[in-house]
Amino acid sequence: MKINISPLLWPVFRRHLIVFSRNWKVNVAFNFVEPLLYLTALGVGLGAYVQPIEGIPYLKYLAPGLVASSAVFATAYECTYGTFIRMEFQKTFQAMVATPVSIDDVIAGELLYGTFKSVLYSVVILLVIFILGLVESSWALLVPVVMALGGLLFAILSIIWTGLVPYIESFNYFFSLFMTPLFLFSGVFFPLTGLHAIVQKAAWLSPLYHLVNLVRGIILGQVGIHLVWDLVWVAAAVIVLFPLPFYLMRRLMIK
Amino acid sequence: MTRQMGVGGTLDVVAAEDLVKEYDGLQAVRGINFRIKARECFGFLGPNGAGKTSTVKMIYGLSPVSAGKLTVLGMDVRTKIRDIKRRLGVVPQENNLDPDLKVLQNLLVYASFFNISGSEARNRAQELLEFFGLADKAKERVESLSGGMKRRLTIARALINKPDLLILDEPTTGLDPQARHMVWQRLRQLKEQGVTLILTTHYMEEASQLCDRLVIMDRGEILVEGNPHQLVSEQAGEEIVETSSSEEMIVHPATLEDVFLKLTGRKLQD
Ligand SMILES: Nc1ncnc2c1ncn2[C@@H]1O[C@H](COP(=O)(O)OP(=O)(O)OP(=O)(O)O)[C@@H](O)[C@H]1O
Ligand SMILES: [Mg+2]
Repeated sequence: MKINISPLLWPVFRRHLIVFSRNWKVNVAFNFVEPLLYLTALGVGLGAYVQPIEGIPYLKYLAPGLVASSAVFATAYECTYGTFIRMEFQKTFQAMVATPVSIDDVIAGELLYGTFKSVLYSVVILLVIFILGLVESSWALLVPVVMALGGLLFAILSIIWTGLVPYIESFNYFFSLFMTPLFLFSGVFFPLTGLHAIVQKAAWLSPLYHLVNLVRGIILGQVGIHLVWDLVWVAAAVIVLFPLPFYLMRRLMIK
Repeated sequence: MTRQMGVGGTLDVVAAEDLVKEYDGLQAVRGINFRIKARECFGFLGPNGAGKTSTVKMIYGLSPVSAGKLTVLGMDVRTKIRDIKRRLGVVPQENNLDPDLKVLQNLLVYASFFNISGSEARNRAQELLEFFGLADKAKERVESLSGGMKRRLTIARALINKPDLLILDEPTTGLDPQARHMVWQRLRQLKEQGVTLILTTHYMEEASQLCDRLVIMDRGEILVEGNPHQLVSEQAGEEIVETSSSEEMIVHPATLEDVFLKLTGRKLQD
């Protein structure tokens, strides 16, 4: 399958940025309220009763996990509800493809916007935890790079779902059956070493698990060859899955 | 807003040969043939489901051609759709203005999809807003516009790239007579400026007011083609005598409606 992306991807992306910038303060504020609540309730509140994990105080253990998970949640919302509303209710895509913009440019624009959200929110939350003194290493500067890749992966996964089950009600299931289990069992809150071997194996399949490993590793300065494997896993998933959103969305839009 | 055809003017702007559109099993367009010349206004008239939208969607590349041949501005829609779309303006049947953007932003963002930016885009947008009587609405939200204003903005948007061919799918459906006349007046001005127009409509009056030539479609087929006034006199004669059950007789001048009634035995509008 040949994917036909042109430089018109940039004006498409720019359109999304214009819309985002209209109320970016509200958007950003809402998106870091939630990780802050988790940090306070679990990191500070529950953390007072939790022993250091692998020698790390619980708050410091938890914070990098929330950087990764909050970012990919923002992407997942954008590329399910957001994409669907643009396509189905606002007919934004139909308007775009009547210009020299191709359907593939439109879909690439959605992926890029989803990726942008992960990068932006990971950086915002990174800044917050930096101010709180929870960042240990200057490797943390690589967070936006890692989350660009991770964001792209979650944008792809979300648009795959949107393309497969294009009904607004279906997105509830995406979050309750896919995103929430990932959030709970990818090592954001606790290491998986205590769980049954099957759960540990299953976690290896979770894209968020690898992202949490990577982000925690660089924020806490625990960098090593093991992180390369997580990076390879995420990159390989992006490469393998990349054509699918294009295939599925074309199928929906070309009649 | 004047623009010459790049190809000497002799070539047809649109040429369709045995054009077919099929949606899994259902044939919406059943092998139609037509040619549209530069600078004319060409109409597709027909009842709901006739295949008008399906036909124009193939012309602007939203919908792939199922069978037959379709060239637009001398290029094959199957292979050259991006180049074709650069020179088209499209007013779709369903409004799809961007509700996330203000009125002026709608035009500027749309211009950017044609690689038109900066002061060039702003000048064109301003000019178009004035031409369509929307200049004082530039900063408004799209939702705050009336139906007629939205339609005018959609037409303005379609002109941002100075198209050679403007495709209008039911430009005035749902508008009150006053708003409709305003759109007609603008379309006539565009035609005088040399833009080729394709128009679909349910309204005979619209077709006879604007179109140089038209086809009447029904159930995916073209029933008849010609100049609206010629069609009426050839097919229906000068006057129509209606008889109703109450034994009254009504005499009125023949219209395209009568042509359609004669050809199909049905009325054009529901
Ligand atoms: N995306 C689609 N999938 C399946 N069938 C379709 C699709 N679009 C149109 N059709 C069918 O094709 C036929 C022609 O539809 P089309 O929209 O071209 O008619 P139209 O002349 O534009 O009608 P209207 O005046 O109501 O706009 C109809 O029977 C319609 O149900
Ligand atoms: Mg139609």
